[in-house]
Amino acid sequence: MKGSSVTYSVWVWLWGVSLMLAGPMDLSAAEIGVDTAPGRTMAVQATKSYEQWTTSDHSKHAALKQAFTSGAQITEACLSCHSEAETQFHKTIHWTWDAGKNAKGVEMGKGQYSVNNFCISTNKGADKSCFSCHPSWNGERKVVNCLVCHGQKEVKWDEAFEDLNALKDQTDEGSKEIYAEILSQVQTAAQSIGRPTRKNCGTCHFYGGGGDGVKHGDLDSSMAMPNKALDVHMGTDGRNFECVRCHTTIQHQVAGRIYTAPAATERKSLIQDDLAPKITCESCHSATPHKPGHKANDHTDKVACQSCHIPTFARVNPTKMMWDWSQAGKLKDGKPYKEEDELGKDSYLSIKGAMRWEKHVKPEYFWFNGSIQSVTAKDVIDPGLTVAMSHPLGDREDPKSRIFPFKVHRGKQPYDKINKTVVGPLLSTEHGFWTTLNWQDAIQRGQNALGIPYSGQYDFISTTYVMPTTHMVAPRENVVSCTECHTRNGGRLASLAGFYMPGRDRLNILDSIGWLVVIGSLAGVCLHGLGRVFANGRNGKNGGNKGA
Amino acid sequence: MEHLVNIYLYTRYERFWHWFQMAVIVVLLVTGLEVHGLYSLFGFERAVWLHNTLGITWLVAFAFFVFWVFTSGEWRQYVPTTRKMFAMIRYYGYGIFKGEPHPVPKRKDAKHNPLQRLVYLSLAAFLLPVQMVSGMLYWGYNSWGTWGLSRLSLNWVAVVHMAGAFAIISFIIVHVYMTTTGHSISAHIKAMISGWESVPSDAAIEDWEKKAKKPEFVLQ
Repeated sequence: MKGSSVTYSVWVWLWGVSLMLAGPMDLSAAEIGVDTAPGRTMAVQATKSYEQWTTSDHSKHAALKQAFTSGAQITEACLSCHSEAETQFHKTIHWTWDAGKNAKGVEMGKGQYSVNNFCISTNKGADKSCFSCHPSWNGERKVVNCLVCHGQKEVKWDEAFEDLNALKDQTDEGSKEIYAEILSQVQTAAQSIGRPTRKNCGTCHFYGGGGDGVKHGDLDSSMAMPNKALDVHMGTDGRNFECVRCHTTIQHQVAGRIYTAPAATERKSLIQDDLAPKITCESCHSATPHKPGHKANDHTDKVACQSCHIPTFARVNPTKMMWDWSQAGKLKDGKPYKEEDELGKDSYLSIKGAMRWEKHVKPEYFWFNGSIQSVTAKDVIDPGLTVAMSHPLGDREDPKSRIFPFKVHRGKQPYDKINKTVVGPLLSTEHGFWTTLNWQDAIQRGQNALGIPYSGQYDFISTTYVMPTTHMVAPRENVVSCTECHTRNGGRLASLAGFYMPGRDRLNILDSIGWLVVIGSLAGVCLHGLGRVFANGRNGKNGGNKGA
Repeated sequence: MEHLVNIYLYTRYERFWHWFQMAVIVVLLVTGLEVHGLYSLFGFERAVWLHNTLGITWLVAFAFFVFWVFTSGEWRQYVPTTRKMFAMIRYYGYGIFKGEPHPVPKRKDAKHNPLQRLVYLSLAAFLLPVQMVSGMLYWGYNSWGTWGLSRLSLNWVAVVHMAGAFAIISFIIVHVYMTTTGHSISAHIKAMISGWESVPSDAAIEDWEKKAKKPEFVLQ
């Protein structure tokens, strides 16, 4: 019929107009697959040419064909070509553990006055166990160990060089054979050089805080060979990114550290400016990564990608969520002891106290501008409160702040009752708490090493420490659903107040009045109707509803 | 019993607009209340999408209605008046129970009684525009900065929009009930479907109820 087809065309047109006006609600967007969403297209553009290439085979370099008997010799060989590498590296935080001064002029960083609620302090280097992660040889902060990051073979260097020293003057054939074998292993390892792999970075960063998954909930040994479900970027069955794919490096300065300064000051896309460090999600995915019209694109100004795309952390290995130092020092039958939880992790260690481990942990959310404020051993704290050893900076009014997911580690740790400062007890070495189980002595030694006075009186305070959650990005099927935040009670963002969120917030008085009006209307018409039925019966048939 | 005659009261466009509007408003209410956190029906994401898409669609359709109401001269049906208003109030509060005749019978050029005029005018000129404007603002939340509205609070936009929703629900309840007050329970609904309404043939219509006469200076 002609008439109806005209009507149909009119409505198709009308629909079209409304959709054009709707813009972000464009229906046709639904037909565009997610794989062609602008964010994914941009990400592929920014990463597709990735192919590791090199013009150098280190096994052919004469400098590396030596019989190395010490780490320093290997480094010397590296520097014979890479003349500036050590100078560059000495300026990086990986070497200095120094993060510069904070607003109060206190030097920050692991090697300085920063403290946390894990192993608390490095005591300016006096706590030797911290050096298990320093990129140097023999636990001494002397010569850079290039192979920690660039070596592609796992070697126990300390043991190897010890054995070489012990065997070098031996004349028997057996010893000579072993000596030659170790020499050859060391040489092969020194020649196996490459860009840092996940394993290289993981050597330290998976074990931060003294064990697998202790510190970071989103970085543990499971990230050495993750599948896509664990990390969509690093998954070996997917994009297979190494850490350095995003943590780009200029003169050994590795991008992406979030601590006193944000990882990236600008949320720029690589497409806009290919000099931007490839460290924010937006660098590759743009600020509107979802298919056109998807509401999630409107969220990127307030909500970090990580908030939805990392639904839980510690998805394979447990992570430590609580560490109560005040329980440390107990003995069983006069000896230190340990207890294990159902996850197979230490729930009690005499040298460390009580600990709680968790898996599949939901993050906690805070406004975050990319910087974290942390307490130093010099700061005066309020022992009556839970002390935020570190806390994200940011505010919902700040256009650079986003709602960001964090692992919040809770602890109890010693402080100076009189000076009201967090103390850094010495833990390792023969005089450390781990050997003596004597707080008084360990604190005194630790404070001496830091050069900070100790009143002689300690007690324990409750603390929190935050770690931004940015790895373990889940595939899109597993992201946080809308209603996990947009819900009346118990949503993920229940603790973030001061703004209106649809589905979560309402003006209670309005809802009460509104429903009263609605119920009142219903009651009114019901009464009126009943009245008519009743009157109809009395007035006789048709009497009550005559007229129109 | 008086004699009834059929008159063609509602044009095809009017009827279409009425039912289209009804359908859209019902879905807007259902999805809106879901977004408000009352229940889970479509799923939050789908509810938001439906609500936004229908809201924008309705804006466009409303523009057509405004165009129609002015070009057809039907706006005159919505001019408010107090004449016979008290008779109407008395009728609904008393006369209807006594079986008294309706004080303002429908006619082609006087479709609405004074109460209807007032309610429909408030609806079309105030409540619905408030809903549309607050809805547009709500929808455009991310653009407030570029629109120069950064001082606006989403809280208050949401409150206004929600208050409007309650008013509309209340209107629907009363409006639907009023359809039963015709000469039969379903007479008014049938009329809004077919366009034909049965009215008493003997009912007199007063001049003021008719469409205003066209001004004389208009050339015909």
